Amino acid sequence: MVQSDSAAVTAAGYKILSKEILSDVTKLMVVEVPQVAAKAKAGQFVIVRIDEKGERIPLTIADYDRKAGTITIIFQEVGKSTIQMGKLNPGDRLSTFAGPLGHPTEIKNYGTIVCVGGGVGIAPIYPITRSLKEAGNRVISIIGARTKDLLFWEDKMRAVSDELIICTDDGSYGRKCLVTDPLKEMLESKSENIAHIWAIGPAIMMKFVAATTKPFNAPTTVSLNTIMIDGTGMCGGCRVPLADGAQFVCVDGPEFDGHKVDWSSLMSRLSFYKEEEKVAVDQYKHKCNLDIALEKEGK
Amino acid sequence: MAELTAKQRMQIPRHDMPVQDEVIRSGNFEEVATGYSFETAKEEAERCLQCKKPACVQGCPVGVRIPQFIKALREGDMAKAVQEMKVKNNLPAICGRVCPQETQCEGKCILAKKGESVAIGRLERYVGDYELQHRTCPLVKANATGKRVAIAGTGPAGLTCAVDLGRLGHDVTMFESLHGPGGVLIYGIPEFRLPKAVVHSEVDYAIKCLGIDIKTDYIIGRTLTLGEIVDQYDAVFLGTGAGLPSFMRIPGINLNGVMSANEFLTRVNLMKSYLFPEYDTPTKVGKKVAVIGAGNVAMDAARCSVRLQKLFTKNATDQVHIVYRRSMEEVPARGEEVHHAQEEGVIFDLLTNPVEIIGDDKGAVKAMRCIRMELGEPDASGRRRPVPIPGSEFEIEVDTVIVALGTSPNPLVFIDADGLERTKWGTTVADEATGRTTKPKVWAGGDVMTGAATVISAMGAGKRSAADMHKFMMESASW
Repeated sequence: MVQSDSAAVTAAGYKILSKEILSDVTKLMVVEVPQVAAKAKAGQFVIVRIDEKGERIPLTIADYDRKAGTITIIFQEVGKSTIQMGKLNPGDRLSTFAGPLGHPTEIKNYGTIVCVGGGVGIAPIYPITRSLKEAGNRVISIIGARTKDLLFWEDKMRAVSDELIICTDDGSYGRKCLVTDPLKEMLESKSENIAHIWAIGPAIMMKFVAATTKPFNAPTTVSLNTIMIDGTGMCGGCRVPLADGAQFVCVDGPEFDGHKVDWSSLMSRLSFYKEEEKVAVDQYKHKCNLDIALEKEGK
Repeated sequence: MAELTAKQRMQIPRHDMPVQDEVIRSGNFEEVATGYSFETAKEEAERCLQCKKPACVQGCPVGVRIPQFIKALREGDMAKAVQEMKVKNNLPAICGRVCPQETQCEGKCILAKKGESVAIGRLERYVGDYELQHRTCPLVKANATGKRVAIAGTGPAGLTCAVDLGRLGHDVTMFESLHGPGGVLIYGIPEFRLPKAVVHSEVDYAIKCLGIDIKTDYIIGRTLTLGEIVDQYDAVFLGTGAGLPSFMRIPGINLNGVMSANEFLTRVNLMKSYLFPEYDTPTKVGKKVAVIGAGNVAMDAARCSVRLQKLFTKNATDQVHIVYRRSMEEVPARGEEVHHAQEEGVIFDLLTNPVEIIGDDKGAVKAMRCIRMELGEPDASGRRRPVPIPGSEFEIEVDTVIVALGTSPNPLVFIDADGLERTKWGTTVADEATGRTTKPKVWAGGDVMTGAATVISAMGAGKRSAADMHKFMMESASW
């Protein structure tokens, strides 16, 4: 009898066609998955699993090419699964790649809009920015990271923005400030009417973007990446308390009104498995070191 | 053995199911019930009176030929027993393990009136397991019809429908949203109750014999919509189940440590978190777990919790409670599951209803406020309605709350599904006898049509629709 995944069904997997190292901890992969590429829209996400023992990891779509049948994903190595995924190379296969999930971004001509991407959040904000630009919006983009090395896709973002502002926390590139600073200045100066703001990045960044825009009543959409298993509404692990009741990120989101999100609850829920994540990373690194040591000894 | 008289048969006591010791098993995920030996099965089969009008068959949602398979079994003709079984039931190794026999076949058994019924479920499992090992009854595909069928969902309804249509010569493609087939049999029912190898074996065998194509990672409504499928296939069966968990509307439901039984069981069963960190997905289970609800899903969650505590938290004082608003008499779970849960140390807090979950300053669960209930007049379901006793509120200390209060159909299926009507509960409107929905060429069955129910009723629905789909495709294309 077959012990684990049903052997006859476990497909060959989804081939990684190319890989780009955007920073020490940020990797880009282009994956061949025509059925997802055919449907993908800006703002949606996918669920990825490396192998039979892997977690199902939700990742927002960074780009898609319908003709080539590919989806681009960008991820930061933060846990065991993403560290392991970062070691995969072109030609390797991911055992699960399901999607596109969630609602796409509502693309239309709003007027002048601002797209904010922080850290690895630059990846998912890119296709949204591009689609909004194509829809005729005047697009101001703000991208930021802790330090210069963590920034990527400046050129791509510039190509789809009327204006691009770059910030780093340590001032190693662009302005030394948080992404919320130029945003606040823009809103305060009232030089142009900002119709809508999109922000994708770490929860703490989105929380502060929402706090920045709230006094101006500037509509602000955030894209949440919560703990999730199936991505189809089945587990409810991704539920996020909103001002008007809890919703599921996977089927109701991933985009929500940033002013309605209960950020403290969201952030506390995100940290629920912290200890277990540490155990997994420690054990994985230990195993890797062991492999290296054994290899050295020629075993 | 010489032919026994009815009186002699009735004198044979019902054979207990051999089980793993309760202390040992509550620390592992291996199967609890280890199964009859051939000798025991034969002896148990001798108890059957071979009624002329077998009531047991009427109690079975798919009408398994019970007296016939039992007769073949006691004559030692296993190939025949399998054959008789498979006339009505493709998946006996699964049904024998998970059916609520005491309210179905065994509940109707004539012996139950005077003593204990024939252990039909255990015999069914024996026959099913024999077939898993020996494969004496191959699934044969009839000449190709040239018709293409799509089946959404690979749970019990979809699998049954697929096998029946495959045997009739149709070209069957199945779509599964998760990374492996089996639906609730894989993500919901724990390994210790239904070993995954049983499900994998049945699925792999169906694929091998009938050439069924299973496309995993296909989410109907997202990767492919129902509208698109209908355009590409001659007939479509929706067996997408009831995947959406219900949460109670009480304060504290979003605290850390509160989760749906779906999430908990999916982590444990599908993602194998009981093998963490060898497997990457963790499950956090605390020292004191409260499972709200008392159905089969609640029992599964409670018994998984016991095991996770033994494997991970390892305190002698760890506790798992079932919190249920009615009394033991109304507990909807299968009798054997309740019995096993009690043996494994699960505490039943009956006539108790949660009113609030209380968190600490970090947003994690620390207690649950409950109210005592008493039973009043019968409600619409015929069960006595639980009524709160004023002033009886009390707190219990808990750090994990698992909500097992039912599920409803996943709404994604209904994207781009013009004409497919739904009830106010979110289930598909469909004809009881055939499973035909309000959308031409689309059938539905199992939990997506009925709301959360049993594996066997889903299988029955898959079978019923397969017959009608065949008729539709081969004879009249009228809707």
